Amino acid sequence: MVNTKVTLSGWELDNPIIPASGTFGYGAEFAELYDINCLGSFSFKGTTLEPRFGNPTPRIAECASGMLNAVGLQNPGVEHVLHHELPHLKAIFHKKVIANISGFSIEEYVECCRLMDEQEQIGLIEVNVSCPNVHGGGMAFGVCPENAAAVTKAVKAVVKQKPVYIKLSPNVTDIVAVARACEDAGADGLSLINTLLGMRISLKTKKPILANQMGGFSGPAIFPVALRMVYQVAQAVHIPLIGMGGVSTAEDVLEMMLAGATAVQIGAQNLVDPYVCPTIINQLPSVMAKYGIDSLTNIIGGAWK
Amino acid sequence: MEFQVTENLLIAPRVYHMRLTGDTRKLTSPGQFVQIALPGYYLRRPISVCDWRPGENGTLDLIYKAVGHGTEDMGELKPGTVLDLLTGLGNGFDLNQRDEVTRSQFPLLIGGGVGAPPMYALCKHLLAGLKAPHVILGFNTAEEVFWKREFEALGAPVTITTADGSMGVKGFVTNGMAALRGKYDYVYACGPEPMLHAVYDEAAGIPGQYSFEERMACGFGVCMGCSCKTKYGSKRICKAGPVLFREEILW
Repeated sequence: MVNTKVTLSGWELDNPIIPASGTFGYGAEFAELYDINCLGSFSFKGTTLEPRFGNPTPRIAECASGMLNAVGLQNPGVEHVLHHELPHLKAIFHKKVIANISGFSIEEYVECCRLMDEQEQIGLIEVNVSCPNVHGGGMAFGVCPENAAAVTKAVKAVVKQKPVYIKLSPNVTDIVAVARACEDAGADGLSLINTLLGMRISLKTKKPILANQMGGFSGPAIFPVALRMVYQVAQAVHIPLIGMGGVSTAEDVLEMMLAGATAVQIGAQNLVDPYVCPTIINQLPSVMAKYGIDSLTNIIGGAWK
Repeated sequence: MEFQVTENLLIAPRVYHMRLTGDTRKLTSPGQFVQIALPGYYLRRPISVCDWRPGENGTLDLIYKAVGHGTEDMGELKPGTVLDLLTGLGNGFDLNQRDEVTRSQFPLLIGGGVGAPPMYALCKHLLAGLKAPHVILGFNTAEEVFWKREFEALGAPVTITTADGSMGVKGFVTNGMAALRGKYDYVYACGPEPMLHAVYDEAAGIPGQYSFEERMACGFGVCMGCSCKTKYGSKRICKAGPVLFREEILW
């Protein structure tokens, strides 16, 4: 009997499998497909203070072993999430959920996080300082250590109950420096990586496919980059990491944990195989057994320890 | 859900008719679509349903155009190939929820190019519901026309329009509509957006449903890739669409 339990800042999960923000909505669509209570948790759609329509379409382009998106943080706003999405979620999901919060000013991050801190359904707050698809917000906070630290510090000053994890951008020269700055500013953990900035050009129109020109690259193609970044950051900080980026199999989950992740998010793969998370959860015990792993907690950072 | 290809025939330049067998029980309404996983491609390909026979061992008819590498490769698939499909996606045409729909006696069905296929199952359903539909199918040239006989065999009158006049009425579907003014009380349309807009203008004052197309990733409502603005707020083409009621379209 293998042990798949992991603990994020005192919050014990049945397994480390967490659908990533932006690929799982607020849970309702997937609950029509399978019982989402099998998940460790999930990270809900990036939420801002005000409702946002997002970018014009096309917002999606395909790549070899991956995809680009430039959705632009479409979401119904924090009040709608508090009064409609969370109550609806309560009926279909009996575990705690991760609140993914984005913003365009430090004040906006602070206000959204303060509201989430009061919700008993929230397990931890994931502060997204790394959305590449909006201008003047999102990634602007995550690409330099000082700004990332400023958001972290401001949020930590108001959030009293929930752990605060900062979601990092890979679109930086030195992700370790940003990670250290967040840890020093009081972050309880880190999520990495968000999507890589990329683009495609249509040979028919000779113009970018995405209306936003550029978008976030995700899918199996980015897995080695994500793994490398988790491996580097894990050795530089003393707070737990949630690893993500191109994870699509149970084997990928084990690699990500060996690199130093305590839990693992699955993103783009949910969009092409809606059953990927339950499939991985079902396969984990036998894949662990195959590689002589009896407890997931024991392998965290095993690649460098 | 696994489906097996039983036929995959070229029926017009770059246009294929694929028949598959598999569990079609999730399909509930004409105008819905399926998402097909193709070997070698990361994203699924959304294809509208032309017709289906319901059941655990049902059949599914798709007519699609090779518009890029993925659909070109799809055209090469041989009978016997097993494909993974997500089915029953999208709302499809609403045939019985609204008074204006149930009251209508003379619906006009308009399909442009590969917007024509969903009109096939829709026409069957309307005939079974004792309506008197008229079908207009628009193409660029006579060579590109497909399934004229299949539509005619359903028993509804069919008008073909071609942009170059090589078959039927010369011009666009709206030229076909002009001859029918006053003879229809409802509109169902599927095709490229400029066509939908022209139909919308020609059918001013007449209620209807319009099926839209957008680039999408998931096809089941979570990625927000295909959102559009409507009179009643933003909607996901894959989930709350692809069919929108006339009065919610912002034109």
